[in-house]
Order: sequence, then C-alpha cells, then structure tokens
Amino acid sequence: MNQSKQMLHKLPDDHEYKLEQIASIIDKYEAKANNLIMILHAAQGIYGYLPYPVQKFIADKMNIAVAEVSGVVTFYSFFSTKPKGKHTILVCMGTACYVRGGKKLVEGLQKQLNVNVSDTTEDGKFTLSVARCIGACGLAPALMVDDTVFKSVNPNRLESVLSKY
Amino acid sequence: MIQLTINNKKISAEPGTTILEAAKQNGINIPSLCYLEGVHKFGSCRICSVEVENARTLQVACMAEVREGMVVHTNSKKVLKTRKVLYELMLSDHSKNCLSCVRNQSCELQQLGEILCITENRFNTGSAREQIDISPSITRDLSKCIFCRRCITACKEIQGIGILDAQYRGFDSVIAPPMDHSINDAKCSFCGQCTVVCPVGALSETDHIKKVWNAINDPEIRVVMQPAPAIRVALGEMFGYPVGTSVTGKMAAAIRALGVDDVFDTDWAADLTIMEEGTEFLHRAIDVLSGKDAVLPIITSCSPGWIKYVESYFPQLIPHLSTCKSPHMMLGALSKTYHAEKIGVDPRKIFTVSIMPCTAKKFECSREEMINRGVPNVDAVLTTRELGQMIKQAGIDFPNLEDEDFDDPMGQSTGAADIFGVTGGVMEAAIRTVYAIITGRDLPFEQLHVTPIVGLDQIKEATLKFENVVPEYKMFEGFEAKVAVTSGLAGAKILMDQIVYGKSPYHFIEVMGCPSGCICGGGQPRSHDPDVRIKRLKAIYGEDEGKKLRQSHHNPSIAAIYKDYLGKPGGHLSHELLHTHYFDRSKENEK
Repeated sequence: MNQSKQMLHKLPDDHEYKLEQIASIIDKYEAKANNLIMILHAAQGIYGYLPYPVQKFIADKMNIAVAEVSGVVTFYSFFSTKPKGKHTILVCMGTACYVRGGKKLVEGLQKQLNVNVSDTTEDGKFTLSVARCIGACGLAPALMVDDTVFKSVNPNRLESVLSKY
Repeated sequence: MIQLTINNKKISAEPGTTILEAAKQNGINIPSLCYLEGVHKFGSCRICSVEVENARTLQVACMAEVREGMVVHTNSKKVLKTRKVLYELMLSDHSKNCLSCVRNQSCELQQLGEILCITENRFNTGSAREQIDISPSITRDLSKCIFCRRCITACKEIQGIGILDAQYRGFDSVIAPPMDHSINDAKCSFCGQCTVVCPVGALSETDHIKKVWNAINDPEIRVVMQPAPAIRVALGEMFGYPVGTSVTGKMAAAIRALGVDDVFDTDWAADLTIMEEGTEFLHRAIDVLSGKDAVLPIITSCSPGWIKYVESYFPQLIPHLSTCKSPHMMLGALSKTYHAEKIGVDPRKIFTVSIMPCTAKKFECSREEMINRGVPNVDAVLTTRELGQMIKQAGIDFPNLEDEDFDDPMGQSTGAADIFGVTGGVMEAAIRTVYAIITGRDLPFEQLHVTPIVGLDQIKEATLKFENVVPEYKMFEGFEAKVAVTSGLAGAKILMDQIVYGKSPYHFIEVMGCPSGCICGGGQPRSHDPDVRIKRLKAIYGEDEGKKLRQSHHNPSIAAIYKDYLGKPGGHLSHELLHTHYFDRSKENEK
C-alpha cells in the first residue's frame, strides 16, 4: 500500500485555525459536491497542500466520501498531498534542456538534496519539481528556483546555486 | 412504442429502453462487461459498442436509449474490430495468471474473451500493479482490476459508504480506498457487496478453505460445521440448480461427506437468538413502560457488517444494539462448552466452522471478545461460494446426494429461524415469539407473517398492538409496538440519523447490512439473474412454511438446552456465552 509519507508529517501548529477557514469556504459554496474542485483550490491556498486529514475534514463537512475527495485530489497534478518547501526548484526537461543535460541536473539535485522528484527536503527548504519547458530554450539547460532562472547550469554548478538560498 | 431496426430486424421497444435491453428482448445478445442489470449502468468498458447509422461515433449500447427509426448494427466489421481492440487493451496490463486465479472458469473477462474469439495478445505490457491487500474479510488483487467500477457503485451508491473510488490518474490509476490506503484503514464494513459484483479476481473473500481442510484432515481435531439460513437457498446455484432452489438436505449430506464430525445448523442458534433477543426487548420495554430508564429502540445485532458500520460511523448509538452475539457465534460458543462437556472432548480440540452468506463474519470471528474460556467461538468462516468450491474439490456428486438431517443436539429448528436469512425475517421471528409470550396466543396473522415487513423495500415498518395480555405482562395492555426493518447500509443510515436527531418513533429495529438481507449477502454465489432477490426470498419463506414448528419458543431442543444447561434466557450463563459488547471504532486506524 501507498503509506503516504505525509501521514508521518507533523500537522502545522495552526491546523485547527486553517480548518476553520476551510470550513467557511465550504459554507460559502453551500457544501455542494459540484463545487468540490473550487473548494479544494481554496483549501490548498489556505493550507498550502491537501494532506489526508484535510481531505477527510472536507469530505465530512460536505457529506461525501473521502475516497471521492482523494480521487479528485490525486487526479489533478495541481493538487499536492505533500507540503511544499520554502523554495521550489523547477528543472526544465523540455527538448532543448533535455538534450543539453537536464536529466543530469535532476539526478544531481536528487543526490544533493536526498529527495525524489516532487518531494521536499527533510528541513522543508526545497521542493524538487520538473517542467516540460519553461520557454528559455536558448539558456539550456536551465532551471528555476522560485522566480529566478539559472542558465547553462551543469551538475558542478548546482552547489553554488543552492548555496544562494 | 418506438420502432427501430437492429441487424436488419424490425423491432419495437418501450421509450427509455437502452439498445442493449431492446436487443436482448429480441433475442440479440450484445457482448458487455461492466454493465450489471439493476446494479451498474455506467458505460466505462465500452465493450457493448454498436454502430448506429448516421451517428458520428459508435454508441455504447448499455447507455444509449432507442430512438424512432434508429438503425443499429451490432456485428459490423467496425464494431467487431473495435470490441477486439478494447478487449486487448484491457488485457494488456491484466494479470495473466488465469489458471491459478480464484475466478478461473467463473471470470467474466475470461468468458468475454471466448465470446469475442480472442486468440492473440498483441499489447502485452505486463501487469501495471502487483499489489495485494488482505483484510480479515476481503482480499484485493489489483493486478486483476479492469476498472469496470462496479465495486464503486456497490459501495458508494448502493451501500452509501464509498470506501472505494478511482485514485490517481493514467497508468497510476487504482480503484482503492482514499490515497490508496489499505482497506484495513478505511472503515470498511466488510459487507462484501463489492466481491459479489466484481467480474474478475480483483475482489474476493479472504480464503479460509485451507485452514478448514487442515482441521478436517487432522485426526486429533473434531470439526463442527454449521450453515446459516441463507445458504440452503443459494448453494444449489453453484451446482447448476435454478436460482431459488432449496437444497437443505443435500447441503447437510455434502457437509457430512466432507468429513465433518458434527453437522449442526445455525438455524438452531437463530431460534436461540430469538429467545435471548426477545427477552432483552421485553426487559427494556418493561423498564420503559414502568417509567425507568432503558435504551429504545433496540436494534438487532445478527449482521456483523452492520455492527462494524455502527461502531465506525454511529458509535454513540452502540447502547441501542442488542447485546446478543450473532447466531453462529452462539452456536460456536456452545459447541465448545455445552457440546464439548456432553461428548467429553477438550474444547481446544474442537474446530468450529460457520458457512455464511457473508464476508463480514470472517472479521467477526477474529474479534478478540469472541473468545470464551480461552478458545475462540468460531475458528473459520466459509462463504457459500467457498463451501461450493470445497464440495467440488472433494469430488462430491452434489445433485445425486440423498437428503440428510442435521445432528443433535443443535440441528433442530423452526420456521422462524429460516427467515433470519431475509430482510424482515429476524423481526418477524421475534414478533411471533414476543407476541405469544405477552398475550399467550399465537400471532393472529395468516401464516404467522407480518405482511408489512415482508418484501424488498428499503425501509419497512409495522405497528403491533397488544390486547388481552397475560397477567404477568399486564403493563403491555394496549401498548402499540412500532417496529422498523431495513436492509443495506444506506437504509440503516436513514434510520440511525432519525435516532441521532431524536426523531425515531420505533421501539425495535432490524438491520441487515446487505440489501435484501443475507439471501444476497457478500458471500453468496454471484448471480446475474435480475430476479435473484425475489426468488431467494420466496425460497426462504418456503422453508419456513414447510416446517411443522414455526415459532422459536416451540423448538424442543431450545427448551432442552435452557433446562439442561443455560438456565433461563438472559441468565448468567447466557450472558457469559451468548452476549457480547461493542467498541467505538470511529477513530480506529484513522490516518
């Protein structure tokens, strides 16, 4: 079974407060099942991500099955069931970056940060993600940290990029 | 009527009929897979695709309704090719271990392959998910799931729970509890309705056959077996009998032929349950009528799927549950005490097996409180399907068996016990006895049937007025008992919500976890007969009406056990062996 890692994560200190905010969103949408996606969007905005306890809270409040809520959450890549790090690293895996060594950057980052793609480092600092193309093919291979683009990165430069954060 | 043409044949059909139904009514079979009449109509597998002239695309026959002048081709070149490719794609990541699959020869995917003349396997990618999830009752083998979604319909729409749904997407998709958790962590009632509708080997009961054979083949062990009331009206289907055939005598003979030492009958324990539960109801009602505190409505406790549902979703209502164990547990407990003492056998050398129409009973027999004097009441629970498999495995020629009887002292039963297998039956059996105790007269209804609670409606109710009561029960004079009966957990939720909101008008409620009751329980043979419910129901009432004794308190062997061993209903020994307690499971395994 997929014993999702976030179960082991501690819930944030303001968990209850955030659930109250989510509850008021659900009330605003009259708890209608048709509005589930909008409610989940808002909930992710409030909570940052949608771990199982939050999904269960939403399902109970809307009187629908948790399996239905988690079905929607796990279907759309926009929704995350894991907490995001302070900074998101986005490695471009579009054609140009891929042929210029994008894959090596992902491997290097996985090694240095000790995480898999779409996971977050233990200290909560970085989330590693990949993108199909960030529209900077001339700068290949490129990666972004939050809103900053780093061009012509090679695996040896990764450490200096990360050290800026 | 709507006029249309299917395969050059002019036919007419009622408005609202689907192409699939209209074709079937006119002798044309359209291959289908996910569609299950009366249960699941979703169009997810697309196997029943047909060509409709002037339509832009192929139409799904189980969903598309007939239209005036429609011209349908069910076997055109395009249709045959499409069906074949759809099937091959379904097969592409399906486990191919057919020869060692629990559904070998009873698999709907396998049968469809034959119908579609599949002779090659072009897109073999191997199984996408090698994943097996075992719970005490239900085993999920995800390598065999074909995403028909029947189980989702059974769990969410029919039972109103929704443990299972589609999780993740694309090749990662899986029909699973939330976040792909184990079914053990999902507050599943273990009713097993999903295992009845699964067309393949993805959902099935957790196997107890092996440990039963081990016990039978151990010369040191004395094996006790007992079939539930609903088994006798369904087991025949495993051997080609028409739906609704009673095979009571052959069933007893077959169990004996397996090498079982004592062939008892859960029906006997159903009579015992009525004595205990009826007494419990009388005590609570007397307390209420004399102004004392007592919890009403009292709710039946024979259905372990229902019990786990209450414990998980309505823990605050646990005091309403009857404390009676389910009948097979009572019989199990008495096999290792009363019977063991009588025959002079060490209870640890007795192995009790219950044949149940139920998967939840497998979980029930593993509950830690179902142990008396250091030994579990019941050691193994076989479903009706598993018993049928064992009879086949043992080479027993079932149709040619001579009818046999059950063994004493726990084999004799009344008609009141038979109807425990159908919705309304436990209540009717209880009313027959409670009415007789309070008034000293038989229930004044034709054939002793409480007609308002007979049948397949989701919620049924009846009012029973007591007049000219015996002096001992004078407090019941003029009392009108209101009773309600429901089967299926969606109906149970309605009645429980009434209690929670203080709006329940009832004194006594019967709940069976599966729609229609045990006759269509999660362990029963898988039937595609749309009339299966009514046919098995009629067979159960046939058993009842065929008995000389029809009321539990008339059963001489029940009178005997109270005289020889138990004392009186609700007495000290009854409480030790026949009653139980429940747990709040609302927070259990909460992720």
